[in-house]
Amino acid sequence: MVDNLRFRDDDPADEPAVTLDAFLDQANAASVRIEPGDDVRRLIPVLDRVRLVEVDFPRFRDGRGYSSARILREAGYKGELKAVGDVLVDQILFMRRCGFDSFAPDAPIDEEVLARALERYRHVYQPAEDGLKPVWALRHG
Amino acid sequence: MYRYDKYDQAIVDARVDEFRDQARRRLAGELTEDQFKPLRLKNGLYLQLHAYMLRVAIPYGTFNGRQMRKLAHIARTYDRGYGHFTTRQNIQYNWIKLEEAADILAELATVEMHAIQTSGESIRNISSDQYAGAAAEELADPRPWAELIRQATTFHPEFSYLPRKFKIALTASPTDRAAIRLHDIGLRLVRNEAGEDGFEVYVGGGMGRTPFVAPLIRPFLPADQLFSYVEAVLRVWNRYGRRDNIHKARIKILVHDLGAEEFTRQVEAEWQEILPLAEDFPHAELARIATFFPAPPYETGLSDEIDLSDPDFALWVGQNVHAHKAPGYAIANISLKPLHGIPGDVSAEQMDLIADLAERLSFDEIRATHAQNLVLPHVRKADLYQLWRALDEAGLATANLDLVSDIIACPGLDYCSLANARSIPVAQKIAERFADLDRQRGLGELKIKISGCINACGHHHAGHIGILGVDRKGEENYQLLLGGSGAEDASLARIIGPGFSEDGVVDAVEKAIDTYTSLRSEGERFLDTYRRVGVEPFKAAIYG
Repeated sequence: MVDNLRFRDDDPADEPAVTLDAFLDQANAASVRIEPGDDVRRLIPVLDRVRLVEVDFPRFRDGRGYSSARILREAGYKGELKAVGDVLVDQILFMRRCGFDSFAPDAPIDEEVLARALERYRHVYQPAEDGLKPVWALRHG
Repeated sequence: MYRYDKYDQAIVDARVDEFRDQARRRLAGELTEDQFKPLRLKNGLYLQLHAYMLRVAIPYGTFNGRQMRKLAHIARTYDRGYGHFTTRQNIQYNWIKLEEAADILAELATVEMHAIQTSGESIRNISSDQYAGAAAEELADPRPWAELIRQATTFHPEFSYLPRKFKIALTASPTDRAAIRLHDIGLRLVRNEAGEDGFEVYVGGGMGRTPFVAPLIRPFLPADQLFSYVEAVLRVWNRYGRRDNIHKARIKILVHDLGAEEFTRQVEAEWQEILPLAEDFPHAELARIATFFPAPPYETGLSDEIDLSDPDFALWVGQNVHAHKAPGYAIANISLKPLHGIPGDVSAEQMDLIADLAERLSFDEIRATHAQNLVLPHVRKADLYQLWRALDEAGLATANLDLVSDIIACPGLDYCSLANARSIPVAQKIAERFADLDRQRGLGELKIKISGCINACGHHHAGHIGILGVDRKGEENYQLLLGGSGAEDASLARIIGPGFSEDGVVDAVEKAIDTYTSLRSEGERFLDTYRRVGVEPFKAAIYG
């Protein structure tokens, strides 16, 4: 069982994440925490100084964080994107597809169940942030 | 019809494996019911009053004999020998065991079927025109588009934890048989003056406790930009739709709260963000899918004459058979509303028979309709008599399509854990009251729709006559609504006054209908008369 998962090779950021408002007020902050109601597009002008974005999932059924993640990746953000909070093993596949590359779940996750979940689907119907080609692209070379 | 390739099959097989694992973890106590609930719902598995209910997707309502036989097999093996066709062209089984659910999904996967996203806060099965590919007035067969949308919305990683469910309906016809303006997104395929295909986009329709007819937010969306635009709609809603109150979470509330104009502005702004990155589908993919929907190999030189010397057959032809675009062919509707029956229910034996008839007489195609009936879309007129005889022997030839006894009803308190009142007995009593088919024909098109709670699965808001079951101090009570339509003249029915008992509402329906017959002008349907004269004469007759 694990409570911290990371799919990156670089060193983790070590400073605590601050709120979006605080981050935008402090020119030297490098880690920011996005809550479900935050407009993540406010980060886009200052993306070059962001090292870590934590996206909070207070309840796993609240899916706003999936859009926040995709918007950041679409804007070109390459740094660490961490899902934190009520993150369950059955949600991590889609989170990976939306661009999350690290996870800090409230409750530990069974690595075997997760490994199966991440390997189970070899094909996808949509392009997303994980670089997988959708089946339309595979069908037509 | 569409056939899976290795990719589609691999995805559906993976879903069976995933659900088997999730069910195992639930049964082992590794998942709480709170954690498991959204997972099983995304696979159509509800916990109802007596047992689990499994809803199986019939994408855009099109299926074949082999699939229908599998549905019959499932009814016999895992349920009590019958299934129930729903108002979204799906089928559901009412007596399922959790331990067997994954086995059922595995059986479905062998015939290219699934239960993916048939419930839960996800993008649901897309619905469409049951006469697709057969109706003369359609611009094109909408099903290649529907299949594209099915694929694009299956396991969408961003839109799988939405504020609430999300339903898309599509038509390519000026006649709306898919109730597109009562869906979260309604799409109508249209062609502009330059001869290019596009979509009218309606967003924010729906029924439930707060019904709305969807406004048109884009009169012409170039067809090849459909997905990026739909994605923009979904993203605006996913980010800004309400999540604090389940009853305010549907996209219709956001559209209403912002106003259609401001909502449209936000969608267009989001679309401009997405567009530079958008990988809309390749045209080759639409062309590939379209090859699965060729016109059937119709015989030519067939006569359009039908021998109507058998009077019962003639009545069935007059009511349940619709014009087909190919000479010598017809569209045959199979009513699932026999007297004393349960609307939408079919036995396993009837399913097997319909499968045989579809294979022999309708190029192996069956359609499910949102009115809970079935269709054999391509029948030679010369074969209609033998079709009718076979259906009649099996109790499937009730000649009541669109008549007063062709009632839409939700499962209601007989099955559903959300219901406040029973729906099925009310439908049966109304059908009995008007059992005389001559009388029904004399009343013309009359759509009665019954829901057992305000969630409106029985589409009462869209009924010419709608009935809503509520709980009043522990007693089942029924409100009467008049004036709704789910068709191209979409409108919402309005409650006309205090509610009734079960028998009282049947009397009230009869009084409303008597009022119509006393006031109607030549050629007017119930709905037309109601719209012309207004509610007062009806109220006076009913509450006098």
